[in-house]
Amino acid sequence: MTEILWLGRGGQGAFTAAKILGAAYAAKPESHALAFPSFGPERRGAPVRAFTKLDSKPILDRSETEKADFIIILDETLYSENLQNLLKPGGKILINTRSAELKQIVSFDGDSLAKELKLPVVNTVMMGALAGISGIVSVENLHQAIENYMPVKIREKNKAAVQKAAEEAEAL
Amino acid sequence: MEKFLSGDEAFAEGIRLACPEVISAYPITPQTIVVEKLSEMVEDGSLDAEFIHVESEHSALSCAMGASAAGVRAFTATSSQGLLYMAECLYYASGGRFPIVMMNANRSTALPWNIYGDQRDSLSQLDSGWIQAYAENAQESLDLALMSYYIAEHKTVSTPFMVNLDGFILTHTYEQVDVPEPEQAKKFLPPYETENKLDLDNPKNMAFSAGPDTNYIFKYKEHAAMFRAIPVIREAEAKFAEIFGRQYTGLTDAYKTEDAEYILITLGSIAGLCREIADTLREKGIKAGVLRIRYMRPFPAEEIAETVKQAKAVAVLEKDISFGNEGTVFTNVNSALHSAGVTVPAYNFIGGLGGRNISHQNIIEIFEKIQSGTASRVNFIGIEEGENS
Repeated sequence: MTEILWLGRGGQGAFTAAKILGAAYAAKPESHALAFPSFGPERRGAPVRAFTKLDSKPILDRSETEKADFIIILDETLYSENLQNLLKPGGKILINTRSAELKQIVSFDGDSLAKELKLPVVNTVMMGALAGISGIVSVENLHQAIENYMPVKIREKNKAAVQKAAEEAEAL
Repeated sequence: MEKFLSGDEAFAEGIRLACPEVISAYPITPQTIVVEKLSEMVEDGSLDAEFIHVESEHSALSCAMGASAAGVRAFTATSSQGLLYMAECLYYASGGRFPIVMMNANRSTALPWNIYGDQRDSLSQLDSGWIQAYAENAQESLDLALMSYYIAEHKTVSTPFMVNLDGFILTHTYEQVDVPEPEQAKKFLPPYETENKLDLDNPKNMAFSAGPDTNYIFKYKEHAAMFRAIPVIREAEAKFAEIFGRQYTGLTDAYKTEDAEYILITLGSIAGLCREIADTLREKGIKAGVLRIRYMRPFPAEEIAETVKQAKAVAVLEKDISFGNEGTVFTNVNSALHSAGVTVPAYNFIGGLGGRNISHQNIIEIFEKIQSGTASRVNFIGIEEGENS
């Protein structure tokens, strides 16, 4: 099972990305996904977590991920050294930042790309970057899920974000 | 058609397929999404129902009762304090034999105030005369939305039906769900027809008083109807399997219990993780099994006793505690075992209160404790002392 932990702030769309990724993966044959937010009251700007679990068989374990294959950080101020303890061996942290790479960390400048594409948040940019570095889903899978689960007026922008981020991240 | 939906969304899809004519509800976390979705469906015309936004849960169920008394299919949904606020009406609905369906998002009860999931709300209402089912996943939630009407409205049953979904862990978790076509749903669920309605051509007295001379007969009939639901549940599931291709297993769902020495009995969305742990333990040579209770009312007393009678020990894991006694599910299970003369040692594990996570390790430890005989009669997961009994 591949487990992804999303860290963001209320309003950044961490859970939307967790859900779109799950839907994209689940659309493939013999593929199952669960996606859920950290439960409880939501406040704009407060730290939030979201989870995506991906597997080739139905996922029975609904508990929160204890060790992740990927931790995706939408807001760099949420990074701390302790997050390394939440990674499985060989797991990776993908962070939206302009600063240099750290151990086990893939830095990706999502903010600049989002700004270029006139997107207010980086959720789908970082989702595209994850597809680029991991190959767990294809850009086509993500595009289809965006078609199915995002409002019409923001679909094209977000599809472009996924495409561009995946291409840039693949080169990392 | 396969969709990626949360438990709440899946349930709303199931209700759309069941075509209730009246929906009356008051929003409460974590049920809110169900009534939001249904109000959107009514607004966009995909569900031809009257959506009545009432001012409280007490009114929500009263309104649904009024609709049911007019002979139409009615739906409401609630959670936690909302369920407790409508408690008075629960008894009116069951006593009046109004086959209303209600979704309850299982959530902790105050104080301390908490919006997270546990099952203390619905389990406190076991005696209210409602059929109570507990779903494990989003697919079962949608399927129960359809089956609940079939069972509740059956002429021999005529009893309201509460479908319970674990708050957040089920209501807010997204997964793949097969959403059936409306034509299939129509084939499964006939339109609601009843003589228990206000009818100008056939005027009758409804929702009346009954003194000591006759009251007990009504109560006996309510009790008997609940048992008559058992064959109807099987009938509904057989017809459901024929049309939709998904087979359910009646009042309980047994996993590798035939030769199991250690059986964990539980209910709701935690069952999947328990089955996964049972498989892990079997790889190590420990014969573990899981019995999921799907229906708390009517209670599967005989099935439970029959399933666990050969086991060496039984654990009952529930997100509930009846203060001053033990978990209510445990009380019910113990009574079933005692009545059937089954003497397997049984232990109670209380977990997940106020939404606390029940981990892999917690479940492994439950099996370890009942295997080694080191469990107390009642054990609080995460609290060392537990109850000294």
